[in-house]
Amino acid sequence: MAKQLAAVLGTGQTHHRAKRTDVSMPGLLREAIDRAMADAQVEWPDIDAVVIGKAPDLFEGVMMPELFLADALGATGKPLLRVHTAGSVGGSTALVATSLVQSGIHRRVLTVAFEKQSESNAMWALSIAPPFTMPVGAGAGGYFAPHVRSYIRRSGAPEHVGAIVAAKDRRNGALNPYAHLKQADITVAKVRSSQVLWDPIRYDETCPSSDGACAMVIGDEAAGDAVPGAAWVHATAMRTEPTTFAGRDQVNPQAGREAAAALWREAGITDPLSEIDAAEIYVPFSWFEPMWLENLGFMPGGEGWKLTEAGETALTGRLPVNPSGGVLSSNPIGASGMLRFSEAAKQVMGRAGDYQVDGARRALGHAYGGGSQYFAMWVVGSAKPRCAVRGRW
Amino acid sequence: MRDVAVVGFAQAPNVRSTPGTTNGVEMLVPIFAQVYKQTGLSKSDIGFWCSGSSDYLAGRAFSFISAIDAIGAFPPIHESHVEMDAAWALYEAWLKIRTGEVDTALVYGFGKSSAGQLRRVLALQLDPYTVAPLWPDSVSIAGLQARLGLDAGLWSEKDLAEVAARSRADATRNPHAQFSGASEIADLLDAPYVADPLRAHDIAPVTDGAAVIVLAAAGRAHEFAERPAVITGIEHRVDTPVLGARDLTRSPSTEAAGQAVGTGDVEIAELHAPFTHQELILRTALGLGDDVRVNPSGGALSGNPMFAAGLARIGEAATRILTGQASKVLAHATSGPALQQNLVAVLEA
Repeated sequence: MAKQLAAVLGTGQTHHRAKRTDVSMPGLLREAIDRAMADAQVEWPDIDAVVIGKAPDLFEGVMMPELFLADALGATGKPLLRVHTAGSVGGSTALVATSLVQSGIHRRVLTVAFEKQSESNAMWALSIAPPFTMPVGAGAGGYFAPHVRSYIRRSGAPEHVGAIVAAKDRRNGALNPYAHLKQADITVAKVRSSQVLWDPIRYDETCPSSDGACAMVIGDEAAGDAVPGAAWVHATAMRTEPTTFAGRDQVNPQAGREAAAALWREAGITDPLSEIDAAEIYVPFSWFEPMWLENLGFMPGGEGWKLTEAGETALTGRLPVNPSGGVLSSNPIGASGMLRFSEAAKQVMGRAGDYQVDGARRALGHAYGGGSQYFAMWVVGSAKPRCAVRGRW
Repeated sequence: MRDVAVVGFAQAPNVRSTPGTTNGVEMLVPIFAQVYKQTGLSKSDIGFWCSGSSDYLAGRAFSFISAIDAIGAFPPIHESHVEMDAAWALYEAWLKIRTGEVDTALVYGFGKSSAGQLRRVLALQLDPYTVAPLWPDSVSIAGLQARLGLDAGLWSEKDLAEVAARSRADATRNPHAQFSGASEIADLLDAPYVADPLRAHDIAPVTDGAAVIVLAAAGRAHEFAERPAVITGIEHRVDTPVLGARDLTRSPSTEAAGQAVGTGDVEIAELHAPFTHQELILRTALGLGDDVRVNPSGGALSGNPMFAAGLARIGEAATRILTGQASKVLAHATSGPALQQNLVAVLEA
């Protein structure tokens, strides 16, 4: 193997709101990009290439928006790539940008992901009925609710576990100056009294619909050495399986399990629960926290909820999950995965402010998309990966 | 860093309208089978998959997800997608092999242009705040570009007709071509304008199609092909989207990419030029002499499946090496209005 080392030099994100009517798409992106470049201490001539991601073009009504955004991205005259892997796209985009560095092609790459959901209507965009394909009809919540119900049945989890996640993530979000929802005084009881939208998912257990963007600057080993507190990429993984087929386990998809196994192997991690200090996991509906804790191998099958119920996924717990507030606090779909990746980087860089996990040295960033079939993840660390010798893994 | 080679290529027939669904499955399954047969590889041997397509062409969100069905992606696969011509998916797969993470990759692109009104759909690639609301369509924008070159004395309508005639004649040897045949220049120049100064023969036909390429690390490429086409350079750049800020008679992004890969001594060039005058712009941008054989496949003027045609140019160029007809070739792909984004690759035996 000949993978070069890569590091996150800086991150930036926008303030997330339901409607960012104060900025155009280029303005929204530049808000995140300018913060990331300042954080990374780089200028435009330092950037060798740009990698952009977002979820479907129908969400804004612009075909391949990277083309009209080229100037705003500072990409004119440079290589520009556009990634699209459904809801996991923010994570996949970061991984493609990382591979530009790992392959030895570029020194510093700007990567950015966004969604300006207020420009269109996501429910409409997801409900078009093409031939021979079952339309979702009820949006993402309607699609995922049966998986959640199935998880509860299989694991025997008590019904308040989802509410524990929602209350925790929203309280964490109140510590994050960029979060869309900040609900410092939310309680499990209040979440449990909110309206049921798709049984068993309640209103307070769903993600908001946000406008927002996230950006990172990723550099090679020399660039990482040159800035204090870079987050080193220890491992990356992506896996895909089809949406539907007989025998598919939609509660605990094999693509997610295999991606996680490949990730821990590359990172040299044998016991994720004790070796990972903070996890930013893609949880758009609260019950996906215990489900993904199992899928990722933090807990055995059927036992993810036990970690959540014991309070071990809270900011001060054994495995803080979504200290930033997660997708439940801000969901600009195309950017949500990159936010998870960049929040993981912020933790090991020690730049997470009021939601900093004490002593975080290794963190997980995770994203999923489609019908729980697209997975992208990385492990970042405050130190260079142990298993890496310069230029060789 | 290790080199990467093209070891297999197949394409679906370039047709005006396929009866298949917009997700490409019906076009992709047969050509996957073709490259498996060519290379001796099977689905489980592929280390990385990457595709290029467009939701807007399919008229739905997440159209590429259904294309996964064509692969039969279980057990799960290592896979990614670009919302671009699949030539850029090939770039991503090339990166993945260079990192050493995988030894093989399968790249595919598909587009059912017939699902909507293509020239109107492509207007949505323009700035949504100031330009797209005017609905300038893709053919009219190309017409403005062609007119600028005519007025500057860079080419004549006869020059354009000669490009069309040569493309159609070459396409007679391409069984996948949508348009082919002999034509008299005088007859072509008698045809009515579609978007003055462009006539029908100056414009790539609306085409449904798909293409697939198999890549392998150069060290292993001989296991899958007798004469692999090694990618010795691949670069891409983008130009400003502001049409009024560009000299539309030039292609700075192609020039920069061409200079970065080095285009000297190429024998054959497959250029992704959806309009006749764009072939002339690209020849100049790449500094190709008269001795370079351009588009022996007939090029995009004989079939231009959106999101696959750029990848097909790489496949057509690579085929000249795989079959022993050439030892150094160039391939080019374009995306966006009036040649906004361009990729250039050089392949050698």
